[in-house]
Amino acid sequence: MEQFLDVSLFNSTLRMVTPILLAALGGAICSRVGLFNVGLEGLVLFGAFFAIVGNYITGNVWLAVAFAVLCVMLFSLIFAYLSIHLRANVIIVGISLNFLALGLTSFSLRAIFNVKGAYYDKNMQGLPAIDIPLIKDIPWLGDVLSGHSPLVYLAFLLIFVFQYFLFRTVSGFRLLAVGENPVAARSLGIKSKRIQYGAVLMCGVLCGLAGAQLSLGQVTMFTENMTAGRGFIALVATMLGQSNPLGVGASSLLFGFMDAVSIRLQGLSLPTHFTMMLPYVVTLVMMLFFKDKSYMQEARKANESSR
Amino acid sequence: MLLSMENITKAYGPVKANTDIGFTLNKGEIHALVGENGAGKTTLMRILYGMEKPTSGTIRIRGVEQHFATPADAIKSGIGMVHQHFMLFPSFTVAENIVIGREPRSGMGFNRKAAIAEVEALSRQYGMPVDPRKKTSACSLGVQQRVEILKVLHQGADIIILDEPTGVLTPLEVKELLVAIKRLAAQGKSFIIISHKLQEIMDVADRITVLRDGRVTGVVEAKDTDVEQISRLMVGRDLVDMPRTAPEPGEAVLEVKSLTVPGDKGKPLVNEVSFGVRSGEIVGIAGISGNGQSELIGAISGLVDIGSGQVLLAGKDVTGTPVRKIRELGLAHIPEDRYQWGAAKDATVVENGVMGHARREQRYGMLRGRSIRSMVEDWVKRFEIKTGSLDTKAQFLSGGNLQKLIVARELAQGTPFLIAAEPTRGVDVGAMEIIHGELIKKRNEKGAILLVSSELTEILKLSDRILVINEGRIVGELSAEEATEERISLLMAGGKQA
Repeated sequence: MEQFLDVSLFNSTLRMVTPILLAALGGAICSRVGLFNVGLEGLVLFGAFFAIVGNYITGNVWLAVAFAVLCVMLFSLIFAYLSIHLRANVIIVGISLNFLALGLTSFSLRAIFNVKGAYYDKNMQGLPAIDIPLIKDIPWLGDVLSGHSPLVYLAFLLIFVFQYFLFRTVSGFRLLAVGENPVAARSLGIKSKRIQYGAVLMCGVLCGLAGAQLSLGQVTMFTENMTAGRGFIALVATMLGQSNPLGVGASSLLFGFMDAVSIRLQGLSLPTHFTMMLPYVVTLVMMLFFKDKSYMQEARKANESSR
Repeated sequence: MLLSMENITKAYGPVKANTDIGFTLNKGEIHALVGENGAGKTTLMRILYGMEKPTSGTIRIRGVEQHFATPADAIKSGIGMVHQHFMLFPSFTVAENIVIGREPRSGMGFNRKAAIAEVEALSRQYGMPVDPRKKTSACSLGVQQRVEILKVLHQGADIIILDEPTGVLTPLEVKELLVAIKRLAAQGKSFIIISHKLQEIMDVADRITVLRDGRVTGVVEAKDTDVEQISRLMVGRDLVDMPRTAPEPGEAVLEVKSLTVPGDKGKPLVNEVSFGVRSGEIVGIAGISGNGQSELIGAISGLVDIGSGQVLLAGKDVTGTPVRKIRELGLAHIPEDRYQWGAAKDATVVENGVMGHARREQRYGMLRGRSIRSMVEDWVKRFEIKTGSLDTKAQFLSGGNLQKLIVARELAQGTPFLIAAEPTRGVDVGAMEIIHGELIKKRNEKGAILLVSSELTEILKLSDRILVINEGRIVGELSAEEATEERISLLMAGGKQA
């Protein structure tokens, strides 16, 4: 057991949790403006792919991250335009975005890199690991917390930034208002469409970062469907955390931990396919817990009465 | 002159919703705007509130011409609107709902403490008590309305538009609201009130403008007029007083025996209720909404599980019988909430009409399109339902017209027993006259009707016998002759029968 719950398990938890956390925060922002973004999976996959493409073109890992973010914002703009302007069903738009991502990245992998399945270049630079001064010298804790890619730190910082933004600032307050009762918000002269667009674009930024962490942070490569359902897990984390940044952070940590455990169990000669099931089993079990997402229900009621 | 709207015309293609309308408002005045559904009141107010642009005409505020492109412009000019369906955020606190759009800030932050202080000051200044820290969804509808008015005042409005402000309120809340409006008017605020309830209008308004078919048919001082004159101006003809013949009740159609519906918190929602409805009579159930009427109707029609007791329909025990079976045995039901229970707003007029008739109007499992259309077409003519076509979606019908469709549909079931719950809520006088006429006709044709209404005038006008419900119990029974508004009100409020 001691061997099992060692430093590297927690260290890898933090690494594994980052893409889920970033995407889940994006999902939370979207659901707070009343758009349930099922397309997280696809957006993260785009992010992962374009991070590698950016790296390949520019040779600079930071430009690669920026390129990934920009590209994913573009795709989230499609989501925004279809669901906000054309009032398409968000679930359907999200699902088609996922399939688009899967097909387009696999196809482009061949078109751009001329490879099938995975692209790897050993000369390609990944995100640097950064040590935090002071903390890195604390025994155990330093090994867990320190030595991660900057995106890991950013993700955890963002939990608190979003928590402050949503519940302490005027702009955040208005964003919540738009999500809760868009008709009422519009009647007050709040530009609800603009706020919804902003939220979806923000979600794009976060999913881009999540993808970059996935393809440049842990390993430096892209494989077909490399998100492997992490976007969906992020979606569950969003719901489980009731779209509260702190809650989303906590539930993401749980899922990231399960992810790390599943990899660890492979080392203990358990069958891979069994251990890979684990995070998803936890996801299903967790589903049992949100029987009443009270604030969503209230929002729905409000929409009915202000028809 | 605070506000004047001159020669306002609004055309939607060839259809004119407003034709050459003039409307004025003085400081401190309460000016009522009345008319049937579709007369153009809402359009006129939407123009004033910047939600629609007039085709022609001018709006002047304190003599200065204004052009409002959005509600935000109107709000800036001191116009506030309280919508018929409240524009509130249920999970926000009262204070948050009031200050939204003009939040007190500290830097980028939202200063909630200052917001609470502002709301407290406002509420004291205008004598409208609210608890700023309370969640809005936990407030009663009367308080929610107060929140709406305070929000408009917080926006700095001098002209306040109230669209059907009393529709969802209890009689006591209505009284409080009317008092509050008068007090605010005395403090210099001006009101435009849209309402169907002419008696309330007569109580509160200084001046009344009547619209019919998009034109002004009269501007009268409230003290120089009466409800009859206003109705005449609205409808364009005299309203016929419905001839009421003495009831000739036959055998019992519905019998309810010590019916109890349990509640969540131990206290039953319907408590040992017993009564009967005979053929050829209308039994009215009067009560402030939320005193168990919904559950009682649900229990009779099979929608709500019964705790104990018995319901007999045409002599058969239908306790715990599925809804479809009960309806087949002879029950039709005009539900209290036409949007939630009565109609599907995304479905067309025909589709809404065929609901409940589908099983009869079919052959080999296929709907008989032509016969259904002609059936619905008949209703549209007979009930004067204003609809673009039979394929118009229900959501584009005005409330009154949709209600007429539902009433027509349920009456066409031809059942011996009918539940009519709030049959004319939010409906104009013309539609009300038609619906009431049809209900009385059904009763004269030996139908049994259970009328549930929070509208006392309706209860008094239609019922042959009146039961008063309070906290789930029947607290009194009055015959049509002995019933007066005062006696019923007293019983409704839980007082003992004098």
